[in-house]
Amino acid sequence: MRAWKFGNDIDTDAIIPGRFLTIYDPAELAKHAFEGTRDEFAKGAREGDVVVAGTNFGCGSSREHAPLALLGAGIRVVVAESFARIFYRNAVNTGLLPLICAEAGEIRDGDTVSVDIGGGFIAVNGKQFAVESVPGFLQTIVEAGGLVAYAKGLERVETCSTK
Amino acid sequence: MAATIAEKIFSMKCGRAVRAGDVVMAPVDAAMIHDITGPLAVRVFREMGGEHVYDPERIIMLFDHQIPADSIPAAENHVFMRQFAQEQGIHNYDLLEGVCHQVVMEKGRAAPGEIIVGTDSHTCTYGAAGAFATGIGSTDMGFVLKFGALYFRVPESLRIEVDGTFGRRVGAKDLILSLAGDIGADGATYMALEFTGGAIREMNMAGRMTCANMAIEMGAKAGIVPPDAATWAYVAARRDIEPFDLASDPDAAYAGRRQYDVTDLAPQVAVPHNVDNVVDVGDVAGTKIDQVFVGSCTNGRYEDLAEAAEVLGTADRFAAGIRVIVIPASRTEYLKALRAGLIERFVEAGALVEAPCCGPCMGGAFGLLAPGEVSLSTSNRNFRGRQGSTQASVYLASPATAAASALYGEITDPREV
Repeated sequence: MRAWKFGNDIDTDAIIPGRFLTIYDPAELAKHAFEGTRDEFAKGAREGDVVVAGTNFGCGSSREHAPLALLGAGIRVVVAESFARIFYRNAVNTGLLPLICAEAGEIRDGDTVSVDIGGGFIAVNGKQFAVESVPGFLQTIVEAGGLVAYAKGLERVETCSTK
Repeated sequence: MAATIAEKIFSMKCGRAVRAGDVVMAPVDAAMIHDITGPLAVRVFREMGGEHVYDPERIIMLFDHQIPADSIPAAENHVFMRQFAQEQGIHNYDLLEGVCHQVVMEKGRAAPGEIIVGTDSHTCTYGAAGAFATGIGSTDMGFVLKFGALYFRVPESLRIEVDGTFGRRVGAKDLILSLAGDIGADGATYMALEFTGGAIREMNMAGRMTCANMAIEMGAKAGIVPPDAATWAYVAARRDIEPFDLASDPDAAYAGRRQYDVTDLAPQVAVPHNVDNVVDVGDVAGTKIDQVFVGSCTNGRYEDLAEAAEVLGTADRFAAGIRVIVIPASRTEYLKALRAGLIERFVEAGALVEAPCCGPCMGGAFGLLAPGEVSLSTSNRNFRGRQGSTQASVYLASPATAAASALYGEITDPREV
């Protein structure tokens, strides 16, 4: 699948600008993804394409509209050298898989990327790069298909003070 | 075993010793939702099968990003949230009180030792009250609304020790911008910043809020000022609470310690398009600007408006052709400024004074920039497109630098006015 390559410190205002935050439908949000900073993304992204970035992807605002806009554009996986904390967690919660890859910098825009989640690597141009899977407690949420699916079956949760 | 203040707060909540790296499902003392990210949190709460929120008294609702409604969808969001508040018995401050973080603080909804979450990245502001406060997404908030708890990874802490005395017209905003420049936009990712040292102890609550507010701009999960007499006085004036000891142990394990001295610190400016792209004001002095914004959760308090007014002094008018937008962070702060005559001075000098809200900071409601325009703002983010066109430029600075720059129509060192 096509890699859409971005640089460092891509903030959530860039992913989805503030004036579109009254929209909640991922498909509608996707029409404005990277509007003004990379207009060809909304038109060109296809189901299964991969966003690849440098460090601190998703910094800034906590808006969950950002992972939703990417999901609406057909993106299921973001590969970055590192992620901002809130985006990382929002991505896991909404079913967008954030993969940390130290060698993301070697991937170029337009490269064909395939992701082997089970194997813990991505393959690009005949090379394999290791990716870090999400940590244990978030893995449970990934496996459930997101936090909504995880929470649906729960009546209550045991907190650290009741356990 | 020695602990940081962040580790102590989680340990208190869990009733057992937890340390950095531990993952805990911790009870949440308060949860803040607003008009932008709140509707999505409510939808998620319902998708999760939520019928009744865990505790309506612990949920703080208000509208500040798009008020008064700037579009029909925004108005619909407000109606949606009002209905939810009514149905659940949640007190809704609605659009009456001001910017969320200022309102949570001034209504005494944050206190030392509490764990507070909000669907807004600047929720870390409440660290100024000695709370562990962090921004979360709407899905996490849906979970909190339903269960009153959330998964947290107890963070490592980065200890920031600040000493010295600020020079004339240099203050908290200059300090936190210089820290962002030094630590970097992701230099504290997943950590708690702990603000200590003589310069922090001497700082008023407004300044501490400015510092804690911008912890997220270094990627931090929280920014905490260990509570002292000033903290307890602020909180006790707003709710019934008895002070208790809450501080890091001297031998606690930190991810790092950094020492700073503010004595020779110059006014700082974050230049486009990253918050950690910080220089001394002298490096960009003379840059022409089209708009100045004084306000936001970072710098919209009475003390900030007073700082700007002091620089304005007795000058007749701001520079010709410049737009100056002043927005007090809350109704309370607005009244204080009004009664002190500050609002009159701003209006006389040609400012547009707007009702308390986020204003141009979120780039959605009003005060947007056209391509090629330049803004100097006391808010917290200068990302490309943050205040309108992606072809516009935003500089961040203190209220003093903003006022000096508004007087001359170009970025100006407030010490030279």
